[in-house]
Amino acid sequence: MGLKKYIPIPILLLAVVAIQLTTHYTETPFYLTQLTMSAYYALLVTGLCLVMGYAGQISLGHAGFFAIGGYTSAALTTFNFTPVKDHAVLRFFDKFHLLMTTEDMFGDILLNFHPWAACVIAIIVTIIIAFAIGIPVLKLKGHYLAMATLGFGIIIYRIVLATEFFGEADGISEVPGFNVLPGVSVNGDFDARIQNYYIAWTLVTIGLVLLLNLIHSRVGRALRAIHGAEDAADAMGVDTAGYKLNIFVISAVFASIAGIFLTHYNGGIGPSEAGVMKSVRYVAIVAIGGMASLWGALVMAVGLSFLSLRGMFGSYDDAVFGAILILIMLFAPDGLLRLHYLDKVKRFFRKTEDIS
Amino acid sequence: MSSELFLQYLFAGISYGIIYAIVAIGFNIIYNTTGIINFAQGEFVMLGGMIAISLNPHLPLPLAITLAVCATMIIGALIEIIFIRWLDHPSVLRLIIITIGISILIREAALHIWGESVRALPYFVGNEITSISIFGTNISPQVLWVIGICSLIVACLSFFFKFTSLGQEMRACSANRTAATLCGINTRNMVTFSFMLSAGIGALAGCVMSPITYTQYDGGTNLAIKGFTVAILGGLGNSMAAVAAGLLLGIIEAFSVSVLPLAFQDAISISILLIILFVRPHGLFGSKEAAGLKEF
Amino acid sequence: MALLEIQQLSRRFGGLRAVDDVSFSVPEGIIKAVIGPNGAGKTTLFNLIAGNLPLSAGSVSFKEKRISGLKPFQIASKGISRTYQSIKLYLGMTALENVMVGCHTHSSAGFLAGMFNLPWTWKEEKQIREKSMELLSLLDIAEFADTEATSLAFGQQRAVELARALASEPELLLLDEPAAGLNIYETARLAELITKVRDRKITVLLVEHDMSLVMDISEEIVVLSFGRKIAEDTPHAIQTNREVVRIYLGEDDDA
Repeated sequence: MGLKKYIPIPILLLAVVAIQLTTHYTETPFYLTQLTMSAYYALLVTGLCLVMGYAGQISLGHAGFFAIGGYTSAALTTFNFTPVKDHAVLRFFDKFHLLMTTEDMFGDILLNFHPWAACVIAIIVTIIIAFAIGIPVLKLKGHYLAMATLGFGIIIYRIVLATEFFGEADGISEVPGFNVLPGVSVNGDFDARIQNYYIAWTLVTIGLVLLLNLIHSRVGRALRAIHGAEDAADAMGVDTAGYKLNIFVISAVFASIAGIFLTHYNGGIGPSEAGVMKSVRYVAIVAIGGMASLWGALVMAVGLSFLSLRGMFGSYDDAVFGAILILIMLFAPDGLLRLHYLDKVKRFFRKTEDIS
Repeated sequence: MSSELFLQYLFAGISYGIIYAIVAIGFNIIYNTTGIINFAQGEFVMLGGMIAISLNPHLPLPLAITLAVCATMIIGALIEIIFIRWLDHPSVLRLIIITIGISILIREAALHIWGESVRALPYFVGNEITSISIFGTNISPQVLWVIGICSLIVACLSFFFKFTSLGQEMRACSANRTAATLCGINTRNMVTFSFMLSAGIGALAGCVMSPITYTQYDGGTNLAIKGFTVAILGGLGNSMAAVAAGLLLGIIEAFSVSVLPLAFQDAISISILLIILFVRPHGLFGSKEAAGLKEF
Repeated sequence: MALLEIQQLSRRFGGLRAVDDVSFSVPEGIIKAVIGPNGAGKTTLFNLIAGNLPLSAGSVSFKEKRISGLKPFQIASKGISRTYQSIKLYLGMTALENVMVGCHTHSSAGFLAGMFNLPWTWKEEKQIREKSMELLSLLDIAEFADTEATSLAFGQQRAVELARALASEPELLLLDEPAAGLNIYETARLAELITKVRDRKITVLLVEHDMSLVMDISEEIVVLSFGRKIAEDTPHAIQTNREVVRIYLGEDDDA
């Protein structure tokens, strides 16, 4: 007991390596770019999967958290703080060596935040906003919760679209690379492609292990109990409001980290990343993956994001997600990988494992 | 602020507000018979406007609008019949996701049929520079059309629900679906009819507002959010309160332009939505006890 | 000393007085029953004690501390556990997992400990699992541990719910119509179980329709009618109480 939950992890790692080798020998390394981006979207989706599938709450605002992470990090690492460098706040950050200076091609000195500092600040901002939004929002149910989170997403979208600091409709570009470790950098450079592919998938694996641990712990059990019968969970001493809030914040942090890394990888972020359609898309992916199935969410996130990023759906991109959403909810509300016959097969295997 | 500017804002607020109220009433009609919030409500408004614009070059304006309203009603009924009618005790989460999916499909279909361009119906009387003077300020007659027709919709609806047998059957459905079924009312047809009705009034509102606010394929989401804000402000299911709430939101929005940049106008109504959801989810005019009995 | 003290408890729904000025106390270590015709306010009373409904007036004290006004999960963590008239098991979870959730108040692994799978939580998980299996065995349903709880037979679901309630090691157990839907044999077995629970020093307060069960096992009985308490006595005295007989038989003449 205990280790069984990790069985798919080595399989995932093998697949990741196998795909990279395949692209190497078939000389199609350009696929790695989309696979890297898909990995970051998968990180967000697995976090959302916990909120929707395990705690039973819907969030139509997760693109907002992605954008909060991406935009905060992008703005702090690209905005030139030289004109305000004597401000007390900046001096405070400078004292801890969180700022760095670079010289641009005209010889001007640029003062920016170090990507690590920006990353940490972005996560802290996300946590604060997620708590501030989550405390009131999670008291709501059903339609109200959907609309409130949708409203939150739209506000974030409007703010980045209307604020000069965030580049308005153009977004922020020329975001520098993120030196995660010495010699390991998240950026979109051509020769860093393989390295970035592995960085992204390492991150996804870490995220998965953390989430797997969580759902197989006392907390995960309590979350599933909330989904299964909320008042009975309450009656057994589960602080339902507190648990929902915590899992919401954790998934917001996952979304934010995905936003931060993808922004540094792409070298920029635009307002479309904060759009409502993005949030709906994440919800769609979780639904297709089977709501309470981390692996389903992961597979669907990578598969669908990859197809979408390769432009397979053409101008019908959003329509495809809309159609998938409806079809799944009409015919297989438990997700594609959880159709009834598959479930029986799965149960069969589970039984045999338990005996051994 | 001069009194003239004040009146300008006021009329703008009223005309927008009453449109929001119509969308909110659309939400309420479907909510009352089914317990569903139809996230595609804003798309009905967009569809009404778009279809009328397409028909207008070939037909006289009143006929184009009538046909557009009828077409949207048929679409509304089809949506209910195809996607909702046959579901057996669907969960709220499932219904939310389905109506969101429907709204995306309608929007994307509109994008492929009509493109991204912003379109508009011609002014019903005169053109964009025609104005009439009221209380010393100049108002476009279209504003009066909007206010007039929307008021008429509200009046007709309240007559319909109070005095016609079909309207009374629909109210019976909303009061207690099981009991209504036992009394021989076909509740399923009532649900289809409620989709038709709210699609119809949405489409009509979309037509009258099109000359002022223009029509674009993705205009629905915004309207849906604002209509929902208004429906919540008034207390979900309460259509008369929705009118008051709609006017309130429209006027607040119109006056906010004088303090805040235009880009934040939408953020204001959404903030109001969030605040009201947090503070009084049963609405400004609703009672907590009654809200507790509602299904979510 | 009374374990649970209910004082002038009232709950109104609009004009309806579902529970009207009810006072009684539950001494430690006994089985006490609340009976009354349909609509007498028994389930409402339970929901008020467990914190599922806010009360209109009065107070509820547990171990001489006021618990009215607390949230259900806080009341649960003080040592009150309950079952439901309409069984409420967690959908999609096995019988064992259902019971394991019952151990929630006596374990402590939080979000971070869970995410990082800290070694000290392993021991805790093992203990939770063992204790839950023990309870399932106690209720003769150990063989169904890995079956999805909501797909079990009705009587077994009741047993899972009871095991879950016991897993929280309550000092007071609230049973809401535990015999509803059970046959004679199952009811007899239930009576045996409830006495066993009492012998474990757990005080039991139950709402029940089944008179034979109530008369057999309870030491004290409270009778409610239209939200008001009309009698409180020993089973024997209740059986001969004219007012109670009148309410149950709905007749005025001398029986």
